[in-house]
Amino acid sequence: MTTIKSLEDLKKAREEALRKRDAKVASGTAQVIVGMGTCGIAAGARDTMKAILDTIEKDGLNGILVTQTGCIGLCEKEPIVQVIIGDQPKVTYGKVDSEVAKKILKDHVINGKPVADHVIQM
Amino acid sequence: MKAIRSMVLVSSDPVSIERGAKEVYQALQREIKEFDLENEISLTMVGDVGRHEASPLVIIYPEAVIYGPVKEGDVHFLVEEHLYKGRIAAGLQAPVRELSGKIAWLSARKGTLPAEQRIVLERAGIIDPDSIDDYIIHDGYQALAKALTQMNPEQIFDTLEKAGLRGRGGAGFPTGTKWRFVKKASGTKKYVICNADESEPGTFKDRLILEGDPHAIIEALAIAAYAVGADEGYIYIRGEYTLAQQRLHRAIEQAREIGFLGENIFGTEFKFDLHIHSGAGAYICGEETALIESIEGKRGEPRARPPYPTTNGLWDKPTLVNNVETLANVGPILRNGAQWYRSFGTPSSPGTKVYTILGKTNVTGLIEVPMGITLREVIAIYGKGIKDEKPFKLAQTGGSSGSIIPASLQDTPMDFDSFAKAGVALGSGALLICDEDTCVVDLAKVLLNFFRKESCGKCTPCRIGNQRAYEILTNISEGTGALSDLTDLALLSDNLYQLSNCGLGQTAGAPIRDILNYFRAEVEAHIRLKVCPTGVCPMSGKRI
Repeated sequence: MTTIKSLEDLKKAREEALRKRDAKVASGTAQVIVGMGTCGIAAGARDTMKAILDTIEKDGLNGILVTQTGCIGLCEKEPIVQVIIGDQPKVTYGKVDSEVAKKILKDHVINGKPVADHVIQM
Repeated sequence: MKAIRSMVLVSSDPVSIERGAKEVYQALQREIKEFDLENEISLTMVGDVGRHEASPLVIIYPEAVIYGPVKEGDVHFLVEEHLYKGRIAAGLQAPVRELSGKIAWLSARKGTLPAEQRIVLERAGIIDPDSIDDYIIHDGYQALAKALTQMNPEQIFDTLEKAGLRGRGGAGFPTGTKWRFVKKASGTKKYVICNADESEPGTFKDRLILEGDPHAIIEALAIAAYAVGADEGYIYIRGEYTLAQQRLHRAIEQAREIGFLGENIFGTEFKFDLHIHSGAGAYICGEETALIESIEGKRGEPRARPPYPTTNGLWDKPTLVNNVETLANVGPILRNGAQWYRSFGTPSSPGTKVYTILGKTNVTGLIEVPMGITLREVIAIYGKGIKDEKPFKLAQTGGSSGSIIPASLQDTPMDFDSFAKAGVALGSGALLICDEDTCVVDLAKVLLNFFRKESCGKCTPCRIGNQRAYEILTNISEGTGALSDLTDLALLSDNLYQLSNCGLGQTAGAPIRDILNYFRAEVEAHIRLKVCPTGVCPMSGKRI
């Protein structure tokens, strides 16, 4: 990582990071974001995360970016998983256990059909 | 979060439902879609919003117009007139008398939206907290760059004062003024501390900020250090927050690597570094002077004040102590300016407040809303009403060190000054919502049990007073209280407030004062009739 010494450096770093992110979006990469705050983990987000990673490995899936984030304030609906495919709007799922996570991967990420039962209306 | 221009609420108490509120709601959904207004209007079913004569009610913000009784057939006209053409739908407004009484709060709300407004939680739940790149994409460290390269400390203080930022830890002290005190204090070595010892029961807003957006706190601490002239900072974080600690450690490493911490930050003379100090489970260490003692390696007991930490803090040097949520507001204010910040909240308390909703509501969780929203709105809009449609009895604010808010005060705007005027405190932002099944004696007993255990024991009023108050309350709950106990309780509550050394003892008497003020009849029933009206207290006749 290069050291940032001025406002220009910061702007450059921002553009660089943005470019990296946009490249992923442009290539149609699916982003799966798991809420990993304490509330999420307590509700079982680690199992959800594990199920997602296992399924990706087992089925040899490509182009799926799995990341974590903090809590979004809907602690009651944890574990929460957000799915962004390409430039489509974000879909937020609640109460995602490992079974639901597998279903989301299969139906939504691969076949493009959101799992309606678990979608949270924001 | 979508930028909405208007908010539509439909009442959904049992009377409204019976009169077709659900059909009205569905019709509204259809019509809003029909007029292609989906992206600018939010539609919500809320609980009981007050009077029933004209229900179902449809309330439209920001104009705060109340329509009612609305029938399914009226909806097309209403949406076309009000939401599409922007004028009041003639003939549908609720009768004027509906505007009085329980729903009078609406007129006070005119011109503003009670919608969620995320300033400090803007990035939480969006970015990857372990990635500094993600933070930088979302305008991270720009406020620090701006402060270091374009502003002098005086301008930073001015901006914060003009923005009207007040401490979010509970006391509401003006932040800019506090920073200025530390700057003015003599001495070359100064410290900044972030108080992340969030130990108020039921409060978890700071944890969410730290876990979801750790760099925001690092950035704000660096700005604070530059402004007050400090070169070293501490984050005092409670021991139980292991995940938040891990993420902060990682964030600090990343910030050091990229040059936001260390020497010559942004090519200036400014140097700054941060330490994380883990608490060990004492509630009292959230009190700023006890926190400082704890960092120094001593027993966590509050110091006598004055002198205040702003002149004699950590290692007897001038020290700035700010709450996590306060610091999280600093970056956005410097980036967007004071004027922008003042567009949220009320004139005396601008900005937003993060509340944690818990207790007997249908939905619990965390919200960030403009200051000045009322408790009724929080319960109706965000709590989605009370479980099993039971009546709302009281709310306990601020973990333990808050107030008991009775139903009669649920239309008071929640900001520092309005609450102070009503004689209650906002506290740290936890809202424990209780329905009619909660016994006030039991609630006060639980709170006093907490205080008597967490009292550090340094000063007598707090050490003895809490214990004695707990004993008296226990006797009342066992059915062995006497009426003279109430006089004793009132005296104890007053003594705790007047004589205690620090905030713990000073607020410990508040629950007693509040139940005697607002629920005296219920307390007296325990004594005179030997009956607990809610059936919670044991009433076994044992006396301790």
